[in-house]
Amino acid sequence: MSTKNWPLWEVFVRSKNGLEHRHFGSLHAADADMALENARDVYTRRNEGVSIWVVESKNITASNPEHNGEMFEPAQDKVYRHPTFYDLPDEVKHM
Amino acid sequence: MKQNLYNYILGIADNSLILGQRMGELCGHGPSLETDIACTNISLDLFGQVRSYFQYASKLAGDGRTEDDIAMLRQEREYVNVLLVEQPNTDFAYTIARHFLFDVYHLLFLTELEKSKDLTLSAIAKKCIKEVRYHERFTSDWMKRLGDGTAESKAKIQEAINDLWTYTDELFHQTKADKAMVAEGIGVDVTKLKDAYYEKVNEVLTEATLETPESKYFQKGGKKGIHTEHMGYLLAELQYMQRAYPNMEW
Amino acid sequence: MSPERKATIMSEEQIKNLEKQFEERIARDEKIEPKDWMPEKYRKTHIRQMSQHAHSEIVGMLPEGNWITRAPSLRRKVALLAKVQDEAGHGLYLYSATETLGISRDEMYEQLHTGKAKYSSIFNYPTITWADMGAIGWLVDGAAIINQVPLCNTSYGPYARAMIRVCKEESFHQRQGFEIMLKLSNGTPEQKEMAQDALNRWWWPALMMLGPTDAESVHTEQSMKWKLKRKSNDDLRQQFIDQTVPQADILGLTIPDPDLKWNEERGSYDFGEINWDEFWQVVKGHGPCNKERMKARVGAWERGEWVRDAAMAYAEKSQERKKKQVI
Repeated sequence: MSTKNWPLWEVFVRSKNGLEHRHFGSLHAADADMALENARDVYTRRNEGVSIWVVESKNITASNPEHNGEMFEPAQDKVYRHPTFYDLPDEVKHM
Repeated sequence: MKQNLYNYILGIADNSLILGQRMGELCGHGPSLETDIACTNISLDLFGQVRSYFQYASKLAGDGRTEDDIAMLRQEREYVNVLLVEQPNTDFAYTIARHFLFDVYHLLFLTELEKSKDLTLSAIAKKCIKEVRYHERFTSDWMKRLGDGTAESKAKIQEAINDLWTYTDELFHQTKADKAMVAEGIGVDVTKLKDAYYEKVNEVLTEATLETPESKYFQKGGKKGIHTEHMGYLLAELQYMQRAYPNMEW
Repeated sequence: MSPERKATIMSEEQIKNLEKQFEERIARDEKIEPKDWMPEKYRKTHIRQMSQHAHSEIVGMLPEGNWITRAPSLRRKVALLAKVQDEAGHGLYLYSATETLGISRDEMYEQLHTGKAKYSSIFNYPTITWADMGAIGWLVDGAAIINQVPLCNTSYGPYARAMIRVCKEESFHQRQGFEIMLKLSNGTPEQKEMAQDALNRWWWPALMMLGPTDAESVHTEQSMKWKLKRKSNDDLRQQFIDQTVPQADILGLTIPDPDLKWNEERGSYDFGEINWDEFWQVVKGHGPCNKERMKARVGAWERGEWVRDAAMAYAEKSQERKKKQVI
């Protein structure tokens, strides 16, 4: 009987230079090297990537959706952070 | 036809063909889903190489024989792969050990083949090197995992290495075609790869906390078409359709 | 505290309220994400359907895997290998998506291996000729696509994302199968006969693959609400038949159903009675290959145990070594 199962890893792939790494999915691997190799074989079979990050899932700290109210809603009415908040005459160009 | 060049290509391609066939057997039966996918990728790389070589051989033959005719319609005695690659997938340790022992050779070989005066072979080698460098990395990593893993895995991989060791020396035997192609600056002098090969293998085995076998008794014959008993069964599957339904297109 | 634990200590009214909000979110086409609160039934239903879907991909590798070593040409061999490998990939995407619901892949395997979890019963039929590779790609993947495309819009985010990837990758699978059939149909009489024979054997199981008739199908209403299903089984089946019959005509093959007839009024094909007794027999574990398929899966898993253990032991030793180096 197996003592321990291979842990879960999250895979992030940069599709081409100039783009950010994007979450592609997850997989199981015994260690980081294997996680990288597995990610290459599982998620870039069709030439989808030029760079891969893997991180063990348990090392990710995620916000709790139950706290979405206090976490994210206060940002909703801060309209002064957006350019459209400011009234300028039409004659002003390039701004 | 350039008979020597044709035979030389078969010598290279048959190794990839037979090893690819062995790896293909594992698809759907690997020890984990991720490993299954990885082994299939390796098999696909090998068959890709086979197709490049046989398409070239087909052109050289110039008698209408297609890549599939060459791959699937020869008699057993006409296949010239080394005995190592036809050994069965006894368990995952054998699969990894067999592949590792071939990969180290394969990478050294292709690195030299890239310098070939034959531009087609050189171009094929250039493409294959990248694939094989990854294969070597993959199987070396697994050698270490199995060697330095549990007591059980160590015993299994050591046994596999010990058993397969007897097939390593043949990698460095020269055939008639080999010699002719080396003389023309087309082929690789495999005798010169031997030291680097055993050095690299030894390095990985040591890192994997495994013993390098000391046996000096080696088997040979594959390059002359004299195979182990496993080969017939492998060919029975590889050739089944072409033999049962001759002269048809698929 | 996990969302589901919390649910157990909430009052019934609170839960009702949350459930109502939850259903409204789905109705608004909002996606549900892993850590969001969800009704226990939603979680369980998704685990069941998604793991079943994953199992189908993995077991589905076996009937086609059969022919990898015997493919008639190198071109066919690499295409088949790549296709079967994709199925492994798709199983992996789906297992991963299911794991976000709080079940491990090992637990799902355990359910599969003990017969607690189901998989698509079509994979319990044998692949006895090369033409079966064509028929599976054409018919089985064809039916699967009809089932799967609507799931790209399902309510559970990880499932929808996995399905988008699956559908994108599967686009070559059906073409691969149809091309095999086309080549056989245009080949020698022997090849054409092989193709017709495969169609004869796979047609009815493919129709059954779209699920029991609406009258007998449980779960449908709830699944529609949660967008696990967009159309009823019978509608999907009709869609499959209507799009496949003209393809059979192109191949010059005959669908093995004497009652198959174009119905001008409905704008659809009428078709014969499906043998549901056979369907339930296979579902219940008594199809031609149920035992072989399970034996192959369990065997691979058990033979791989020492390998997985070794990798884990090695990883732990390496970690230890790294720690010591730091000290």
